[in-house]
Amino acid sequence: MAHSRTVTTTQSDILSTARTQVLEKGKGLSESQVLEVLRLPDDALDELLELAHEVRMRWCGPEVEVEGIISLKTGGCPEDCHFCSQSGLFASPVRSAWLDIPMLVEAAKQTAKTGATEFCIVAAVRGPDERLMTQVAAGIAAIRDEIDINIACSLGMLTSEQVEALAAMGVHRYNHNLETARSHFPNVVTTHTWEERWETLRMVREAGMEVCCGGIVGMGESLEQRAEFAAQLAALEPDEVPLNFLNPRPGTPFGELEPMAGPDALRTVAAFRLALPRTILRFAGGREITLGDLGARQGLLGGINAVIVGNYLTTLGRPAESDIDLLGELQMPIKALNDTL
Amino acid sequence: MTTPVAETSQGGAAAGAFCDQCGRPADGAEHPRCTARRELEPPRYCPDCARRMVVQVTPVGWTARCSRHGERSSAG
Repeated sequence: MAHSRTVTTTQSDILSTARTQVLEKGKGLSESQVLEVLRLPDDALDELLELAHEVRMRWCGPEVEVEGIISLKTGGCPEDCHFCSQSGLFASPVRSAWLDIPMLVEAAKQTAKTGATEFCIVAAVRGPDERLMTQVAAGIAAIRDEIDINIACSLGMLTSEQVEALAAMGVHRYNHNLETARSHFPNVVTTHTWEERWETLRMVREAGMEVCCGGIVGMGESLEQRAEFAAQLAALEPDEVPLNFLNPRPGTPFGELEPMAGPDALRTVAAFRLALPRTILRFAGGREITLGDLGARQGLLGGINAVIVGNYLTTLGRPAESDIDLLGELQMPIKALNDTL
Repeated sequence: MTTPVAETSQGGAAAGAFCDQCGRPADGAEHPRCTARRELEPPRYCPDCARRMVVQVTPVGWTARCSRHGERSSAG
């Protein structure tokens, strides 16, 4: 009995603290506070999600940012990110492919047709070479000729000249994920460092582009490392955090890891929202595997305020219309083009 | 060339001599993990010859090209 009273007091303490500190004052939880949230028992999950939803509504509003993504250059990557089927170093079934400009424009049109206002062009590379930068420039110009949509890019690590070039092309947001806690990163990637990624993000911000930086949870990190990651993202102050759940890919070093349990995934969503009260928190890859169809609703009512709709880079997602219909049902309007959340 | 293929849900072709997920002979044998995976995966191997295909996923579909047997797509 004494033990259960202790647990109850602790959980009510952290939720009560979060209510005052995050909901009322807008100050995100610290690393140690996030860890307390991640340790909450399943029977506190509903209360936690409700609080995270209140925080999102209070500090971000009801709008949801909808995005589509496309792989411009697939596979054959020289890096060894252990979760990724596009590394050329693993025996993955994913083969190299380049998308041509007409197909890129078509993908942007498909995205816009879903109601999405964001379109992210992604390449599986360490960093862009001249050929890729030329292709990106031509692709952005061709998209702008035909449709009105915000264009983001994710092309790996950049030089300062490349940062400037992308900003000049009108790329409004750049994605470069830190992927996981700094202390866990060497277990996930060995061909480059967490600090190299941080440097690209610093240059992106300096150039005036919005910073999109998140990662993948469920890659064997401890709860302490998950809390560390949330705190490191909070320190970066990104405009957007895409939150992925590991989808174990055949042939990769993480191919045999078990997908994260649903309650853990939802606790993580809520904990990240409480660490980052004003940030765009996007449901990204792996949610279908980890949470199933119900997960979209639970996430959107538990701190999420942005989604990737339709398919991902190499895998398929829920049909876009399922998510769009759900937003209508939940009375969450899609963020209009060029609005800021 | 686009070859219409039999569809199972959004992703993948089930019919053929080889499994489109793992590339092993279909042989009427059950591939439970492949069946589960097919729900959220495009085909990776040509069902006719088991060659790895070049796959492009787009926001609303996919295309998969075998060097011997041509292109398949989610559009059929």
